[in-house]
Amino acid sequence: MSLELFLLLAAALFSIGLFGALTQQSIVMLMMGLELMLGGIIVGAAAVWHYIAPEAADGQVLVVLAVTVMAVEMAIGFAVVTALFRAREVDMTDMAAELKE
Amino acid sequence: MLDDVVFWVLALLAVASGLMVFRFDSMARATYALLTSLLCVGGEVLLLGLDYLGVVIVLMMTIEMAIMAVFMVMYMMNPAGLMPMTMVHNTKGAAVICAVVFAVLAAGILLAPWPSRRGRPSADPTMDLGLSLMGPQMLTMMTLGLALFATIVATVVLATRRGRYDRFGDDLKARTADDPVRGGTVR
Repeated sequence: MSLELFLLLAAALFSIGLFGALTQQSIVMLMMGLELMLGGIIVGAAAVWHYIAPEAADGQVLVVLAVTVMAVEMAIGFAVVTALFRAREVDMTDMAAELKE
Repeated sequence: MLDDVVFWVLALLAVASGLMVFRFDSMARATYALLTSLLCVGGEVLLLGLDYLGVVIVLMMTIEMAIMAVFMVMYMMNPAGLMPMTMVHNTKGAAVICAVVFAVLAAGILLAPWPSRRGRPSADPTMDLGLSLMGPQMLTMMTLGLALFATIVATVVLATRRGRYDRFGDDLKARTADDPVRGGTVR
């Protein structure tokens, strides 16, 4: 195992998540892509902590930050989907393009 | 040696299940594929010596995906995957973008002169994290706490059916709500 291997895994997860976030029409599926991207960031942050600066806890704090962002993203995402569906019966990104009006 | 085997198994499973998230027709299967991928991420974090954070990730993702499965069944038209379904746009363009992103990231990872390891992990990294969050990183912890509180308020406001005009009417100077039951929970 090495730092590069962990970072390559992180890059792969990030890229797969980006593919989902870019292609999916369903808002819930789009959120799944974002979760995968954040999963990649967690692996990368943990690997940098372990292989570069294990004495400092800052890398661990970054992981805590990413985990919190995951929770916030999911909670706000589902609340927005619920509000959107209640207002317009819409759960697809393409149909939600008129939010500004 | 055992660590290498565990790393490769978890890494391949994480990537494969991550890919399957966007290949399954069944929304329930997609949710479980994402859960598998994120559990492998938790396993990798455990492998790196972060026991506390790894367990937190495993527990959190299990509960999060259980909630996500409920929302999937609520909102998706084909939760069980009984018929083929595609709800995607511009797949080829996105695939090209993601391949380029991965290639650029991989080139950076393999070509960058990474600094050598400084120091050794302490016997108890969890205590280091706690001391850091309650000491030099206190501002980070306070910001996270505030963000979580704001999230709770925002989600309740977004998810509730009744708004200000439902409770107080059109009169902007109204001081009391026109609620049939006190507390504004029933109408």
